Amino acid sequence: MTPSGPPPPALEMRGIVKRFGATEALAGVDFTLSGGEVHALLGENGAGKSTLMKILSGALHPDGGDMRLDGRPYHPSDPGVGRRGGVAMIYQELTLAPHLTVEENIALGREPHRRGFLRRTEVRRKIRETLDFLHHPEIDLDARIAALGMGARQIVEIARAIMDRSRILVMDEPTSSLTREDMDRLFQVIRKLREDGVGIVYISHFLEEVKEAADRFTVLRDGRVAGAGRIAETSLGDIIRLMVGREMNAFFPRTGRVSGDVLLSVEDMKGGAMALPVSFDLRRGEILGLAGLVGSGRTETLRTIFGLDPKEEGSVRFAGKHAPSGKPWARIEAGVGLLSEDRQGEGLALSLSIKDNLTLSRLRPYRRLGFLNDSLRRSAAAGWIDRLKIKSTGPESAAGGLSGGNQQKVALARLLHQEADVLLLDEPTRGVDVGSKSQIYSWMDRLAAEGKGLLFVSSYFPELLGVCDRIAVFHRGTLVAVRPADGWTEERLLAAATTGKAS
Amino acid sequence: MKRSARLTSLINLMAPFLGLILVVLIFSLMPEVQSRFLRAGNLKAVATQSVIVALGALGMTVVIISGGIDLSAASNIAFTSVIVAAAVNAGIPPVLAILAGVALGGLIGLTNGLLITKLKLVPFIITLGMMGIARGLAKWLAHNQKIDAPLSWINELMAKTPHPPWLLLAPGVWLMIVLAIAMAVVLRKTVFGRHVFAVGSNEATARLCGIRTDRTKIMIYALAGLFCGLAGVMEFSRLTVGDPTVAVGLELDIIAAVVIGGGSLSGGAGSILGSMIGVFIMSLLRNGCTMMGWPNYIQEIIIGVIIVAAVALDRLRHRA
Repeated sequence: MTPSGPPPPALEMRGIVKRFGATEALAGVDFTLSGGEVHALLGENGAGKSTLMKILSGALHPDGGDMRLDGRPYHPSDPGVGRRGGVAMIYQELTLAPHLTVEENIALGREPHRRGFLRRTEVRRKIRETLDFLHHPEIDLDARIAALGMGARQIVEIARAIMDRSRILVMDEPTSSLTREDMDRLFQVIRKLREDGVGIVYISHFLEEVKEAADRFTVLRDGRVAGAGRIAETSLGDIIRLMVGREMNAFFPRTGRVSGDVLLSVEDMKGGAMALPVSFDLRRGEILGLAGLVGSGRTETLRTIFGLDPKEEGSVRFAGKHAPSGKPWARIEAGVGLLSEDRQGEGLALSLSIKDNLTLSRLRPYRRLGFLNDSLRRSAAAGWIDRLKIKSTGPESAAGGLSGGNQQKVALARLLHQEADVLLLDEPTRGVDVGSKSQIYSWMDRLAAEGKGLLFVSSYFPELLGVCDRIAVFHRGTLVAVRPADGWTEERLLAAATTGKAS
Repeated sequence: MKRSARLTSLINLMAPFLGLILVVLIFSLMPEVQSRFLRAGNLKAVATQSVIVALGALGMTVVIISGGIDLSAASNIAFTSVIVAAAVNAGIPPVLAILAGVALGGLIGLTNGLLITKLKLVPFIITLGMMGIARGLAKWLAHNQKIDAPLSWINELMAKTPHPPWLLLAPGVWLMIVLAIAMAVVLRKTVFGRHVFAVGSNEATARLCGIRTDRTKIMIYALAGLFCGLAGVMEFSRLTVGDPTVAVGLELDIIAAVVIGGGSLSGGAGSILGSMIGVFIMSLLRNGCTMMGWPNYIQEIIIGVIIVAAVALDRLRHRA
C-alpha cells in the first residue's frame, strides 16, 4: 500500500493479535517500517499503541501474527533479545540513573571489559563518537545525569539506544517533558538518524509535532488499524476523525438538572506543580468536565484546590466564602472531597477494612468523648456496601482484596458518606468494569441533581460528553476553553487537547 | 464466608499466644528447671523484669503501627532515670521527681515528632540522632558517673516482694497491666487509634481523608516519649541509682517484642496484646536459659532465631 522499494522493510508486523483475558487488545494489526523513515503511531488512550510496541520490544508475546526484521523472522522472548536484534525503545519516563554519570549510564549493562576489568578508554571513545554523531559534543561524559536538563537527558537516552547500532528506534512520547528549544534539538537528531537509515516509530499525542517530525502514520483504534498514509497528504482533521470514529454505545443517565449558585470559584489559581494559573467557576447541580491529555494540568488543578499541592497564587472560594487554610483537612471541613486517580497508592489504605476506608474522612458521627462506636460504624458501612452493590465479604474485609471496580466504589462511597458538597473526581472510571462504570455515572447524575457540584477529570471523551454540563479543556498546563458540553464534539475536544486551539 | 473470616481472625489473635505457650511448655518439660520454672515466685520475678521493656513497647507499638520507628527509646530511658535520680538526690519530693522524669521523656518524644514532621526526614534518622543526643545529655547531667539517691518509695515500685503483701505483684507490674489495657483500648476504640492505623497503612490516604497527619505523628512520638519516661522511672526504681550507661541496646529488645507480636515495620499492623506477648516470650526465654545455666550467647542466638521465625510465620499467615 505504500512504496517501500524492492528490499524487505526493516520491520514488518502482520496480523498481530493480543488478548488480555476476555478483552482483545490487538485484533490483527499490520505495521511496517522502512529504514530511514519516521512512522507515527497514533491513537487514543487504550487504542493499543503501547501493547503493540511492547510486543515489538519483546516485553509481551503476541497470541497471533508474524514479525520480521529485514525479512528474517523475529520472535523476541524478552526485551534483551529485542535489543540485541537492533530494536531500541525510549520510554516516556526516562530510564536513566540520576546518580550516575553520562558515561556510566550509556555504558550500563554492556561495559566492554578484559577479564572483568573495564576498558574505559574504548568506552569513552565510542560514546564521544555517538554524541558527536548526534551533534551534541557539548555533553560532558563525567556530568551526573541529575545535573542535566531534560533535553540533554533525552539525548543521552538516544545515545544509549543507538550506540550499538540499533536499526529500529521506538520513541514513546519523547517530547512530553521537553521545552520548545529542546524539542527542536530532538527533531534535528531525528532527522540525522533518518538520514543514517534508522527506522523510527514515533508515538505522540501532539499532532502538530507529529506533522513536523513524521513521514508516514498509522492510526490504531480499539485494537485495529483505523487508517494509514503519508503525513504530508493528510490533514490533521482527517487524522483526528480516524482516531475518534467510534460508535457511542455507553449509557449516560441524565435527569433534569438545574445549575444553581456558584459553589466553587477558582481565580488565577496556580499550584506548585502547575505551569500557569487557571480560573473557572463550578455551580450547584453542575458537572464540569476537565478534558485534556495526561499531564496537561487537570490532576494538578484538582490537587491544588484540595490542598494536596501548595497553592502559590490566586484564590479558591467555596460558596462565596474565602477558604483560608489550604490543608486537606480544612477542605474536608469546608465540604470538599477528592477521589484520587491513584486508587492503590493514595485512594485507599489497602490493609485496612472497607469500614475503616469508608468512614475515615468523617468519624464525627461515631465519636463520643474520643471513643468510636464501632457497631454504628459497621452498620453504616454495610449500608453503603448494599447501596453501591460492593462485592465483598462484609464491612470488615480488607480493601486490598477487592476488585478494581469495587475498590473504586469504596472510594466513591467515602465521598458520599462524607456528604461532600464539592466532589473532585480524578479519573473515577479508570480501570473499572462496564457495569461499575454505569453505576458511577448514575451516582454522579444523582449527586448533581441533589445540588452538589462535581469536577470530573477524564481522558475518555465520550464519557465527558455524555455526563458533563460544561467541559473545560487543558493543553500543556493552560486552560484552553470552557464551553457547554453541546458546544463540543469528540473531534473538537481532541483538537483542543492536542493543539491547544479551540475551534 | 463469615465463619472462615472469624476463624482466621481467631487464629491471627492466637498465633503469638502459641509462641508463648511453646516457650512455657519447653521449659516446664526440662527436668533440670521444671520444678522451679513455673513457680509463682519465678513468674513474679519474670513479670517484674519485663516492666521496663513492656512500658517501652507500649509506646513503640503505636510508633511502629504508624509506620515509624523510635531508636531513641533506650537512651530516653537512661536519660529519665538520671533525671529522677538527680531530682530525688536534690531533695525534691518523689511524686514531683517522677512527674519530671515522665515529662522530660515526653519532651524528647515531642522533639522527635516535631523534627520528623517539620524537617520531613525519616523517623529512623531523627531518632538515631536523638539516640546519641539523649544518651550524651544523660552522661553530661550525671558527670559521666552514677547518681546515688537516698531510698524512697519510688524504689518499691519494682520491689521483688511488694510492700503491702496483698498486692501480690510489684506496683510497677500493676501499672504495666493497667497501661497496657488502656493503650489497647486507645488503639482499638478511639479516633486517635484509627488515625494511627490509617497513617501507617497509607499516609497519602490519611491525608486525603482529612487526617492531620503531622499532628498525629507528633502526638505518637510524644506518647512514646512519655512511656520511655515512665520506663526510666522504673529503671531508677530497680537500680536505686541514676545510671547514664544503663539500657544500651534496649531499644532493639523493645522493637523485637513489637515485631514478634505481629507489628509490621512497614506500618498499619500491630497490637498491644501481641507486643506484650512478645515481651513475655523474650523474658521467659532469658529466665529459662539462665536457670538452665546456658551461657548468655545461647540466649542471644535463640532470641535472634525467634525474631526471624516470628516475622516469617507472620508473613506466611498473611499470604494465606
